Amino acid sequence: MNKTVNQKAWFLILPVLILVAFSAVIPLMTVVNYSVQDTFGNNQFFWAGLDWFKDMLESDRMWNALGRQLMFSGIILAIEVPLGIFVALNMPQKGFWSSFCLVVMSLPLLIPWNVVGTIWQIFGRVDIGLLGYTLDALGIDYNYTQDSFDAWATVIVMDVWHWTSLVALLAFAGLRSIPDAYYQAAKIDQASRWAVFRYIELPKMAGVLMIAILLRFMDSFMIYTEPFVLTGGGPGNATTFLSIDLVKMALGQFDLGPAAAFSLMYFLTILAISWVFYTVMTTLDKRDGK
Amino acid sequence: MAKITLEHLAHSYLPNPKAPDDFALKELNHDWSDGEAYALLGSSGCGKSTLLNIISGLLIPSQGRVLFDGHDVTTAPTAKRNIAQVFQFPVVYDTMTVRQNLAFPLKNRGMDVAEIKRRVQKVGAMIDMEAQLDHKARGLTADAKQKISLGRGMVREDVNALLFDEPLTVIDPHMKWELRTQLKKLHHDFGHTMIYVTHDQTEALTFADKVVVMYDGRVVQIGTPQELFERPGHTFVGYFIGSPGMNLFDAEINGTSARIGGAVVELGAHYAATGKTQVGVRPEFIRIASEGDGIPAKVQRIEDVGRHQVVRLDAAGTSVSAVIAEGQTIPADADRIRFVTEGINVYADDWRVTARKDAA
Repeated sequence: MNKTVNQKAWFLILPVLILVAFSAVIPLMTVVNYSVQDTFGNNQFFWAGLDWFKDMLESDRMWNALGRQLMFSGIILAIEVPLGIFVALNMPQKGFWSSFCLVVMSLPLLIPWNVVGTIWQIFGRVDIGLLGYTLDALGIDYNYTQDSFDAWATVIVMDVWHWTSLVALLAFAGLRSIPDAYYQAAKIDQASRWAVFRYIELPKMAGVLMIAILLRFMDSFMIYTEPFVLTGGGPGNATTFLSIDLVKMALGQFDLGPAAAFSLMYFLTILAISWVFYTVMTTLDKRDGK
Repeated sequence: MAKITLEHLAHSYLPNPKAPDDFALKELNHDWSDGEAYALLGSSGCGKSTLLNIISGLLIPSQGRVLFDGHDVTTAPTAKRNIAQVFQFPVVYDTMTVRQNLAFPLKNRGMDVAEIKRRVQKVGAMIDMEAQLDHKARGLTADAKQKISLGRGMVREDVNALLFDEPLTVIDPHMKWELRTQLKKLHHDFGHTMIYVTHDQTEALTFADKVVVMYDGRVVQIGTPQELFERPGHTFVGYFIGSPGMNLFDAEINGTSARIGGAVVELGAHYAATGKTQVGVRPEFIRIASEGDGIPAKVQRIEDVGRHQVVRLDAAGTSVSAVIAEGQTIPADADRIRFVTEGINVYADDWRVTARKDAA
């Protein structure tokens, strides 16, 4: 193909460059700036090199937060993905009830994060919350502000309540795109319900499920507002995930240097994981597209 | 293998059908003989697939019964009927290999491993995919996938019937011919009852012993390809089968002759026809002349289609096609057409009227 050489065309991308510079590059560079400097106040900074990165890599605090974070993401994925698929499989296929289910399931997705946190914060309270009061009345010792296990359980149930719909809606979309002929052929082949799921529905849903897993993983890996409102990271540090810890460090303790180093590593981790997902997904697409 | 009987069968997709127009499939009685190859021919939306899905049990008819060898299976689920069906778009299990795909219907029926292996090998050879047995089914071409779909039907040797729902739609033209030939061979070798749904007359006429022509939810004619060609039972059959289709002339029938426009045509037999009467003549039975009697017609153009030529004429507003041999020329002053008597069919309200032998 013959391309016309026109160097002036570069000017056309200038608006985008400026926009991206202000929205992403410049803010990120200030973080980079903080991460390599130290200060004793008075707005005087001096060069610290990679010390903050080294510090953070050696800090138990960050590794513990990362551990909790991975455990949280792992647990919610292990619950939300199978549960979402299960819900999608059992939803009405068409007609009024199908639309009804879709609307009802979309509702949690529309609620702002901090409202979700507040809802569950009140819901779980032993004195006035329906959940907390009921559990207490049933003789179960439940207190999410004091007991780590209860706090974890509440945070996880909250996330499942908030986000399973997303997985279910995506899985439902994947299921609806399977032509009827597949189910008819399966009937003729006398495939069991499990075989239909295993050999027809699951492979056909693979693409959307990858997207669902990616979205849920990234979102849960960066989760902040909901657990912050619900537990504030407590009791102790039990539910202090990466974002919460980062905010504590940057704004609570005003340790800008370590926090900047921390956030850069956080950002690079997410970038790396996204890249892995993206590669896997495009490979899947290519294989299916053949 | 089995004889399939349809008794007073009709189907509507509406919950409370009343008028005949509410029925996607109008009442029908028919026996599909054991071991014959049928084609179900008709344009899109004429009820072919509805009929096929009723036979395979994917659809329960609103009225009537379906019998396999005399057993009522009207409400029996697909799995109980032991039929195989190949769909318009290839259905393969993507994550399995070709071998696993072929073995799947047998495995689900709990057959023993050695027997499965033997049959899969045999079917693999039949559909000419032995070399690809261990390839993943995903990534194969559409015709290879369709061959697998077909193979999954063939692998069950005892099927009551093999049903095909426009199976060659997505196949390349040259592969179509080859697959159709293979199907014919399989039918010849194994003698399964086969029902083949298509809207392509060539496919229907080359594949089947008997062709069932459907129009607007109704079976309009069942016959051998030759019968459909020579004695179309309905004007739709005349129009749909043949290339070009049958010519129809509005006519007034007076016993042994018909008046078409200003001309009178001898029919060669006595017909008693009332209602909207028409005379149907296939292009092959139209002769173009420049003198003598005949219906005035003006030649408009001649198309050379290879083995013969198609002459398009205009007879007082009715467009007429005629077929003449390759290389034959028509006189420059040709201005009328005549019919070959044995090629004349008389229709009343679109249905063919049989000649009365006795009267003259």
